[in-house]
Amino acid sequence: MLRRLHSLPGLVAALLLVVLATSGAVLSLNPALERAVATVPARGEVNVAELAASVVQQYPGAEQIERLPSGAVLVYFSVDGNPGADLVDPLTGTALSAWEPSAYFTWMKDLHRAFLLDDVGRAAAGIGAVLMTLMCVSGAFLLASRAGGWRKLLAPIRGSGSQRLHTELARAAVLGLLISALSGAWMSAVRFEWVTEAEELEAEFPAEVAGTAPAPVGSLQALQGVDLRDLHQLILPFPDDPQDVYSLRTHQGSGYVDQATGQWLAYADYGAPAQWQTFIMELHTGEAYWWLGLILGVAALTVPVLAVTGVIIWWQRRRSMPRLVGNTPAPTADTLLLVGSETNTTWGFAKILHDGLTEEGCRVHVAPLNQWTGRYPKAQRLLILTATYGDGDAPASAAQFLHKFGSTQQPGSQPKPAALPWAVLGFGDRQFDHFCAYADQVAGALQARGWPQLMATDYVDRQSGQTFERWAAALGAAISVPLNLHYTPLRPATRTLMLIDREDFGAEVNAPTSILRFRSGTPHRSLPSFVAGDLVGIFPPAGVADSAVAIDSTHSGTSHVPRFYSLASASRDGVLEICVRRQEHGVCSRFLCDLKIGETADGFIQKNPRFQPARGKSPVILIGAGTGIGPLVGFIRSNRTHRPMHLYWGGRLAESDFLYKDTLHACLADHRLARLNVAFSRGPKPAYVQDSLRVDSAQLRELIAHDAQILVCGGRRMATDVATVMDALLAPMNLSVAALKQAGRYLEDTY
Amino acid sequence: MKILTKAPIKSLLAATGLLLSLSLASVAQAREVTITTELNAYRGDGAYLAIYLTDAAGTYTRTLWVAGGKSKYYKHLLDWARGSGLKAAEYDGMTGASVTSGKSLTITVDINDALIDAGYLVRVDSAVEDLRENRGDAEIALTSQGAGTPVAGRVYVKTLSYSL
Repeated sequence: MLRRLHSLPGLVAALLLVVLATSGAVLSLNPALERAVATVPARGEVNVAELAASVVQQYPGAEQIERLPSGAVLVYFSVDGNPGADLVDPLTGTALSAWEPSAYFTWMKDLHRAFLLDDVGRAAAGIGAVLMTLMCVSGAFLLASRAGGWRKLLAPIRGSGSQRLHTELARAAVLGLLISALSGAWMSAVRFEWVTEAEELEAEFPAEVAGTAPAPVGSLQALQGVDLRDLHQLILPFPDDPQDVYSLRTHQGSGYVDQATGQWLAYADYGAPAQWQTFIMELHTGEAYWWLGLILGVAALTVPVLAVTGVIIWWQRRRSMPRLVGNTPAPTADTLLLVGSETNTTWGFAKILHDGLTEEGCRVHVAPLNQWTGRYPKAQRLLILTATYGDGDAPASAAQFLHKFGSTQQPGSQPKPAALPWAVLGFGDRQFDHFCAYADQVAGALQARGWPQLMATDYVDRQSGQTFERWAAALGAAISVPLNLHYTPLRPATRTLMLIDREDFGAEVNAPTSILRFRSGTPHRSLPSFVAGDLVGIFPPAGVADSAVAIDSTHSGTSHVPRFYSLASASRDGVLEICVRRQEHGVCSRFLCDLKIGETADGFIQKNPRFQPARGKSPVILIGAGTGIGPLVGFIRSNRTHRPMHLYWGGRLAESDFLYKDTLHACLADHRLARLNVAFSRGPKPAYVQDSLRVDSAQLRELIAHDAQILVCGGRRMATDVATVMDALLAPMNLSVAALKQAGRYLEDTY
Repeated sequence: MKILTKAPIKSLLAATGLLLSLSLASVAQAREVTITTELNAYRGDGAYLAIYLTDAAGTYTRTLWVAGGKSKYYKHLLDWARGSGLKAAEYDGMTGASVTSGKSLTITVDINDALIDAGYLVRVDSAVEDLRENRGDAEIALTSQGAGTPVAGRVYVKTLSYSL
C-alpha cells in the first residue's frame, strides 16, 4: 500500500516533477549570484537616511530605493523623463551597474511556477508540489521500513544499482525536497485562495503633512532609525510636491515619513501571520538565506535522477514477478501464498502453485513475504514458499517479514490477524550448512504464535521439481483440494559466452583451479552489465551430466539448475572472468575447467549487491581462500580511488596455486592494494589465512577502529574459522562478528 | 494631423448628441469618455494600472479603472492608493485584468461635463511584479482640445489618450 502510494504518483508526475525541480534548481542560483556581486554592510553600519542622502546626491532624479533580498541595493530614477535603474554601492550611492531583470531567469521563473501557461500551468505546478510532498512522506516511510525502523535510517544501504542510487540520493535530499514541496504547495494554495492569506497590516495614509520646506533626507530622524538591513523599499517624494511623503517598507512593517519634520506620520507592523507567510515564500525562493537556497537547489537536482531510477526500479519489480493471471486481491482471498525469493526462481514455483489452486476454485493472493500486512479478513490458510540467503538470512523479498509479522502480533496492535492454518516449503541447496534455515525460522515464528500447522515443513533441494510436486500433492490432501502439479522450470534468458583465455593452477597440489576469461559468444553483442562480486549462473550442457551425479531424477540430463560463480571482473573491463576449482564430481566445474579456447558456455548474470564494498574512503579488509579470491581481486582491480584495501588470502603451495600473483603485485605497486598477506598450507612455513589474521590482530583492530569493512569469500568451513578468529580479535573492542554484520560491515560470500 | 483626427470625433460627437437628445436627456450633464492606455514593450509580468481623476492640485477625485486581478497588490499603486484610501467602495465594479507588455487598455467611463476644461487630469499609476512602481506613470489634462491627442508616459505607459 505504502509502496503504491509512492510509485503511483511518482509514475504519473515524473515528468512534471523533473521540470519543476530542474527549473527550481536553476532559480536557486539567482539569490547566491546576486549576493556574490553585492556589497552588504553589517547591521549598524548604514541607516536608511544615510543611504538615501548618498543616493540622492548621485541621482537627483531618484524615485525609489530598494534593497533586494540578496542584499544588493537598487535605485530607480528618471533622467530627462527617461526611466532607469542601477545597482548602487550602499556606502557611497555610486552606480555599480545598470540593472535589468535577467531574461533567462524571468523565463525560468515562469516555467517553474506556471509551465509558461499562466493559470492552468500554475495549477499544474501546485499539484506537482502536492505530489512531491506525498512522494517525500511516503518515501521516508518506505526508507524507514526498509532500514528496519526510524532509528536505523542512517545505516548503510544495500541494494543493486538503481535501487541503491535511488535510496541513497533520496535519503540525502528528502528534507530539502520536503521544504521546497511544502512551501511550494502552500504558495499555490494561497494563490488559488484555498487558504486565507494573512493580509499585511498597512499604515493609515497620512491625512495631513507639515507642508513646509523639505529637510535634507540625511537629517530625517525616522529614516535614521531604520537600519539598511531592514529596508525593503523607500519611495521618495516628488521634489516639487510639498504634500508628498516618504513611503517606507521594511521587513517588519510600513509607514510614511514627513519630508519636512522627519517624523513618522504613520507606521504599522505587518503582523506576525503576514510575516510568517513572507518567510515561507522566501524560504521557497531562497531569498531568506541564499545558502539554504543553494542547498534546496542541490536537493532538487536529485529529482531527475530519482525519477529515472524510480521508474527503473518500478519496471524491474514488475518484471521480476511472473505475470500472474487472476491474482486475487488480498481482502477477498481465501488462500495466501507468500514468497521469499532472492533470485526469483521461487516465484516460478509460486506461479505453478497459484495456477493449480486457482484451477480448483481457490481464491489465491500471491505476494512477496515483505508485503505482509496482517489484514486478510477472508483468509483460511497461509502458504509460504521461501528460499534462504547465505548463512540462514532472509532472501531479498522477505527481509522485513519477521519484523512485520512480529509487530502485527504485538498485544494491542491493529490489526491483529486471526490464527491461520499454515504450511511452509523451503528452497535451498543441501551443499550449504544452513540449508533452508530461513524457512525454519519462519516456521518457528508461526509455531511460536501457536498458529495451527497444516503439514510438516518440507524442503526443496536445488529446485527439485519432484519434491515440489510431492509436497503439493500432500498439501492438496491436507486442505482437501486435489492438486496434481507439474513443474517446468523457468530458465532465465542466457547469453553465449566464449572462452578467450585461461590460466591453470594447482595441479601439483591436487587442487586444479582455472582462471577463465570469456567474451560475448554472439557476434556484435556485448556482455551484459555486471560488476565484480556479482554472480554468473552457468548451465552445463545436457550431455555433460554424469549419470552418477543425478541432479534431479525427473529431469536427469537436462541440467536445468545453474551453478553460480563469483565474477572477478566488471563488464567495463570487457571480459567476464571467473575462478573455478575443478571438483571431481562437479558437473559444471568439470565442464568449465575442460573448456578449450573458443568453446562456449551458456550463462546469465545474477546481481549480488549484498557482497560489495560500501562506498567511501574507509579501509576494506578482504579475506579469502582458494577460488574465493575471484571477487576480491575484482574489488582490488576496480579500486581506482586507492582506498586502503588489505588482502588476506590462503592457498596450498606458493609455487603451484598462487592465483593472481602478478595482478596482485601490480596492484600493490600502484597502491590499489595497500597490503598483501598470503598464507600457504604446504611449504616451508605452513599456515592458514586464519593464522595470518591472528598474527595481525593489532593492525586489524586498528583498521576496524577506523571504520574498516570486512568482506570474506571462500568455502563455508574457512568462513566459519575466520569468524571464530575475528570474534576473538574483536572481543577486546567490545565488538563481535554479529555486531559488525548487523552494521553491514562484515559481509560473507560462501560456497 | 489635427484635422484628420478631429473629423471622426466630430461625427461621433454628433451621433452621441443625437442619441442623447433622443432618449437620454436626463443624463445630459455626464459625458462618455473613452480612455486608451497603451503600454511599452517591457520584460515582466502583466502591469497593474490605476486610472483615476485628480483636480488641478493633483488631489485624488475619483477612480476610473483599476487593472489587476489581486486587490492585495493595489497598495503598490501608491498615489492612487493614498488618494482612494484603498476603500473597496471607491473601485467596486471598475476592475479588470492586468495589462501585459505592449498591449493597450481601452475603457469607457461617464464623466461629469463640469469636470471637462476645469483643470482636471486623468492620471495613471503603474506597478509590475519585481519591477519599479510608478506614481503618475502618465497624466493628461481633461480638456475639449486635448481629446484625441496622446501624451507620452514615463515608464510602462507608452501613450495615454482619450476621446470625448
